[in-house]
Amino acid sequence: MKSDSWKPWALLGPSLTAVFFLLVIPVCFVVVYSFWLRAPSGNDIPAFQFGNYAKFFADFFYPSLLIRTIRVALETVLLCLVMGYIPAYFFYRTESSLKPFLMILIMLPFWISFIIRTLSWINILGDSGLINHVFLKIGLIDRPLAMLYNEAAVLMGLLQYLLPFMILNIYVSLDGIDKSLTEAAKSLGCTEWQAFKEVTLPLSLPGVSAGCLLVFVLTCGTYLPPMILGGPGNDMIANLIFKRIVGTLDWPFGSALSTILLGLLGVIVYTYNRYLGISQIFKTLQ
Amino acid sequence: MAKELEQQIDQMVDRYRNGKISRRDFMKYLGIAGAAAGLAGGPFGLARNAFAAKSITFHSWGGSTSEALRKYAFDPFTKATGIEVVDAAFTGMDAFLTQVKASYPPGGEFNLAHLSAVYDYARYTELGFGSVLDESKIPNLKNVIPKMTDTLRAISGGTLSAVPYDYGQTGIAYNSKHISKDKAEKLGASLLWDKDLKGKLGSWGGDFRTNMWYAALHTGQSPNNITDMDAVWNALREQRGMMKKYWASGSELMSLLANGEIYATVAWSGRVAALQKQGHPIGYLAPNNTYSWMEYMYVLKGTDMDVAQKLLNFMLEPDAAIAVALGQNYPPSLDPTKVSMPKDIEKLPAFDPTGKLDGYLFADPKYWNSHQVEWTEKWDRVKAGS
Repeated sequence: MKSDSWKPWALLGPSLTAVFFLLVIPVCFVVVYSFWLRAPSGNDIPAFQFGNYAKFFADFFYPSLLIRTIRVALETVLLCLVMGYIPAYFFYRTESSLKPFLMILIMLPFWISFIIRTLSWINILGDSGLINHVFLKIGLIDRPLAMLYNEAAVLMGLLQYLLPFMILNIYVSLDGIDKSLTEAAKSLGCTEWQAFKEVTLPLSLPGVSAGCLLVFVLTCGTYLPPMILGGPGNDMIANLIFKRIVGTLDWPFGSALSTILLGLLGVIVYTYNRYLGISQIFKTLQ
Repeated sequence: MAKELEQQIDQMVDRYRNGKISRRDFMKYLGIAGAAAGLAGGPFGLARNAFAAKSITFHSWGGSTSEALRKYAFDPFTKATGIEVVDAAFTGMDAFLTQVKASYPPGGEFNLAHLSAVYDYARYTELGFGSVLDESKIPNLKNVIPKMTDTLRAISGGTLSAVPYDYGQTGIAYNSKHISKDKAEKLGASLLWDKDLKGKLGSWGGDFRTNMWYAALHTGQSPNNITDMDAVWNALREQRGMMKKYWASGSELMSLLANGEIYATVAWSGRVAALQKQGHPIGYLAPNNTYSWMEYMYVLKGTDMDVAQKLLNFMLEPDAAIAVALGQNYPPSLDPTKVSMPKDIEKLPAFDPTGKLDGYLFADPKYWNSHQVEWTEKWDRVKAGS
């Protein structure tokens, strides 16, 4: 038994090496950069000081972007959960021969570039987009509705990006539930709703947890939907990081912002694990 | 390369002997230097040099610009010299500078780039990415508008790291179905603060300079010497309340104007020309002291200068320069008093038939670059509504 203990490490070796070199080391670089200084020309000056962090906390403008990001992420999670559970449950229950086709439809958005999918909303929600065009044509409105370049449009962009992640996570969890359990509950007198509430829902929670965590983390790091579909005042923290790193070559401050976001997400994941148990999520996969 | 390494090792030996570095650090340095020499001078170095001798990289805006350059400059150049031009498109000026800064050695993976704006010439030069061109090896440089080369020379201490290639303006584009030409001309820069256009205005969100420039004009100040900064920020705050979209790219700008999402915005003259060619009802306004800029072919440090200079000369051939100008809708840097221009070039917005660019106001790189971080941060706040 003992002589076999190296085998898992040998199997994990390539992945761990890739994670170490492509994730751990770059993150360490980012953390080190966050203590450096930016010269007026845009060059970096090696240093060990906390000025970049002090700058973040000294001015409410920066924390306010982080708070907005968390708020938008929570809204996205809620929307994805409500809109994702129903189709996932449908896939679990249906015996239709169309099920594989419907599953492919869920995966279909991944075949199209995220940027193109996001941009396509402009043709739907814009002043001369599909919805306004039809409403104007049938006389329902006399001027275009402002549906684009606001927070609702950003949420729409995030939803179309992240909904499949939520659906698939919940579906995987539901698919692992023995259907005879709900039948047993019903044979013991439960109504359809009670069987769902007492049996199916609790057993699907690991998938819900995994989906919520994934959607939350991905939302916090995304910058394209706010950039393309957002209006003045809809920027999120990733937009600011992008601007600092690329726009002003202020790598030290951009790195400090990234480290703060990373730390915050780490705390959230840790708390999530403590109270909801990430280990439960992996049970879904088993 | 070997000489540089030798000098560096000598310096390190001196520092070690003088007790400025420890024995451990000295040994560490020798190890690193050995590895570097091995990689650079060994079989890998040979392969790299062999490859380098047969190709040169060129980064540009892609699309019609690259197509025109390939047809009129790169292919004839390769035919004449046997050296291949590996061209690639970048996503934007800032993103490219980030790539150059992140390359190793900094700038070493890149050769020529089609860059914009005088302040970026200053940024690249200050960051140490510049080279020194031997102008005698670029005979076509004599056809370039003198004001453009003089502007660049003034930044890089009398020498050139780039050849100017085209110029343009960031003026005001307006929807002529909803805004009359008379009204636009009467209001000038203040058109961007017209209350009738509330919810139908746009601006370039990614650039503090453009926004501050027009706020300075609106408040009656010189953009290169703003004295009442509060007035500028207050004007931008006021404008934000009327703004529909801060756009992020040229294609987004065109889409917003073409779809009627916005009726007025600051706009790059070439993009306006493209919209006009497509038949959209878009007018172009260049108020007094319109924001002007130039584009140039920058040669990054470490490039084989003989090859680069030969290529630049091909690119400045009138056929090549004019074809690129027509492709991207910006007038070429060639002096129209020395090189005859076709009618289509003369019709382009921002074209100067005198070749003197007398009324063209460029951003003073010293003034704008020295405040870049401070004003970018302030602009981000204003844009976000604080």
